[in-house]
Amino acid sequence: MKIEVLGTGCAKCTTLYENTRQALQESGKSAEVVKVQDIPTIMKYGVMSTPALVVDGQVKVSGKVATVAEIVGLLS
Amino acid sequence: MLKDLADDLVFTTLGMDPRSPLGEALDFFIYDTVKIFLLLTTIVYVVAVIRSYFSPERTRRILSHNREYVGNVLAALLGIVTPFCSCSAVPLFIGFVESGIPLGVTFSFLISSPMVNEVALIMLWGLFGWKIATIYIVSGVLVAILAGIVIGRLEMERYVQDYVWEIKVGASEIQERSFREKLADARDYTVSLLRKIWPYVVVGIGLGAFIHGYAPEDLLLRYAGRDNPLAVPVAVIIGVPLYSNAAGIIPIVQALMEKGLPIGTVLAFMMAVTALSFPEAVILKNVLKTRLLATFFGTVAVAIIVVGYLFNTIL
Repeated sequence: MKIEVLGTGCAKCTTLYENTRQALQESGKSAEVVKVQDIPTIMKYGVMSTPALVVDGQVKVSGKVATVAEIVGLLS
Repeated sequence: MLKDLADDLVFTTLGMDPRSPLGEALDFFIYDTVKIFLLLTTIVYVVAVIRSYFSPERTRRILSHNREYVGNVLAALLGIVTPFCSCSAVPLFIGFVESGIPLGVTFSFLISSPMVNEVALIMLWGLFGWKIATIYIVSGVLVAILAGIVIGRLEMERYVQDYVWEIKVGASEIQERSFREKLADARDYTVSLLRKIWPYVVVGIGLGAFIHGYAPEDLLLRYAGRDNPLAVPVAVIIGVPLYSNAAGIIPIVQALMEKGLPIGTVLAFMMAVTALSFPEAVILKNVLKTRLLATFFGTVAVAIIVVGYLFNTIL
């Protein structure tokens, strides 16, 4: 599984990244988590409000910091 | 009813003298705090639910069917209800211009969105009454429309960073959230927003309550009062480098109003602080060449000054 956290480096994006890591830890799943800060790549996903969470190429959350519980739900 | 509760608490339970300055100030402070937090909680929540129906994607769809003028007006109005965070300014800008929305219309949105929002509205309404809140919204929308039209007329498309035109925006495939999820999102948003802004709100109300009988205002009034024709531009020039959200600026606005500064000058200051800032310039530099960035700041500053004078004259 590959998880991408899209955002141009604002505080909210960092929080989403941390939440994602914690969600993985809590659910005991393993995945590659990467921060995507490059604008053309963010735009490729059609995302206009960051931070956004992309799981295996699919935009799951956009424009809000998903909570740990929400991400756990998304991953299962 | 709230007033009775505050009176009861301060004058009966605490046994303070209703005529003493401290008792009066405390009564005022408790009443205002309760009132504004009730307003904030309710309205921020309701607005968050409404906003969930105006995603940036939908706003883009609406605007891409409209040309200048009508587009500028729509963009300024949609800026009020579309959720926006300055950290999303770059993807939003690219998404807009890529879908064919004229540059000037895009700017109308970018100006109104951070400047006119529900927190500013509620704070102004709660502290100064609905008239001033309405004036703020109307002037914010006016500034956004005017500045957007001017920038559009200047035809500065070539001063957008070149790579922007080459980006292909992918099809947005984000699922629409269910009503239940929207309510949950709105609740989360309200909680996190209140957690972030409550200290500013309390300080603002506190300043308002305790500044009442505060020292002479001569100095400020001499330099920024009605008699000084340059007060509005000076307020805007001071406001631009300051960076704050609507909640953070209200304590200062409160103090300035208490000192008797004219409303147009104070609103111009507040708009300059929320609409223009160095951090925003740094973010927008990613998509705008220096010349367009400078034009954007200059046009908005001039529009704010014009609106400031307008309100100083008619009120």
